[in-house]
Amino acid sequence: MSNLLNYTLRIADNALILGQRMSQWCSNGPTLEEDIAMVNISLDLFGQANGFYEYAAQLDGAKSADDFAFLRSEREYFNNLIVEQKNGHFGNTIARNFLFDVYAVLFYTELGKSKDETLSALGAKSLKEAKYHLRHSSNWLIRLGDGTEESKVKVQKSLDDIWMFTGNLFEMDELDTEMLNNGIGVDNTSIKANWDKKVNEVLEDAKLTRPEDTFMQTGSKEGLHTEHLGHLLSEMQYLQRAHPNAKW
Amino acid sequence: MQNGNIKYIWELLNTVPDPEIPVISVVELGVIRDVKFTDNSFLIYITPTYSGCPATKTFQDDISSCLMDNKIENFKLIIKYDPPWTTDLMTDETKDKLMKYGISPPSNTVICPQCKSDNTQLISEFGATACKALYKCKDCLEPFEFFKCI
Repeated sequence: MSNLLNYTLRIADNALILGQRMSQWCSNGPTLEEDIAMVNISLDLFGQANGFYEYAAQLDGAKSADDFAFLRSEREYFNNLIVEQKNGHFGNTIARNFLFDVYAVLFYTELGKSKDETLSALGAKSLKEAKYHLRHSSNWLIRLGDGTEESKVKVQKSLDDIWMFTGNLFEMDELDTEMLNNGIGVDNTSIKANWDKKVNEVLEDAKLTRPEDTFMQTGSKEGLHTEHLGHLLSEMQYLQRAHPNAKW
Repeated sequence: MQNGNIKYIWELLNTVPDPEIPVISVVELGVIRDVKFTDNSFLIYITPTYSGCPATKTFQDDISSCLMDNKIENFKLIIKYDPPWTTDLMTDETKDKLMKYGISPPSNTVICPQCKSDNTQLISEFGATACKALYKCKDCLEPFEFFKCI
């Protein structure tokens, strides 16, 4: 696998896996409007994933975008650990998405400047959507944090529990460094300061406490995941596994 | 039919309605980026509106059927992401059509399509589709959809 292909898959996998998580809210949202909102976010993410997988297929020359989405096993996915974490209750989903959305806006802003024309075009396109996804998750985080005693306690716990998956977002391995030096990839370490700033601002508005940086979970860049990804994939890939090459 | 008449292709494309908002065409929506004629083939460059818009596939199919119905078979649809689609591509005339259809067009001020009041309130960031948000008019009390600016 070429390094550019691997790098593209990392981006595509983040969109696909979070999109699949959001689709699991379909018919389970707390209100009708929220149900629709979450599924619309899911659609955006699937659309973004499709753009990046189409590019991956072009780079690969043999596999199709669908092959990448549906026919890889757990260890062959490179999404950040945070996006595969379970939806839990609504507050868990909002906390997870908020922390990722802040990252996504900063990441796509930088990717939009990539020397790789396709990645920069897809980055600029995805940025527009990431911005209103962030608006959605920030507004809810503030409403829950600055809401009732119960919502505040619950969403604070959601933040505390998910926090150990945020360090993974800013890691730079050899591949990331190579892509950065080629002018193609994003410097994850340099966006950390802006991520901290934005997260702190919203947490202050939400009257929530920023969890302490202690142990940070790692592994996604080598395809090492938490146990939740396997379950998610088994559901998502069921149709292609049971009826190979099925079209719809 | 293979004379490379690009103007004619634009005219045909202008008859293909947006699948979700049939009062405007795919040309007015701004998704047709360019039409070229090379090697005896029309190249039609299309840009998706929202990445996840389910209408993207539908309007590609609709464009293909429209051209084939008019005996044009030598064409290719090419997806072009750069520069990304923006609601700024809509003309004032297109925005008027949206307003008459009952959808508040992309603008800094959200106007109620029923009574034209700007005393409106956001209900949800998302309406029936990702491109729209749900608003309520505080004067006539009617709920309505607003085409988000991106």
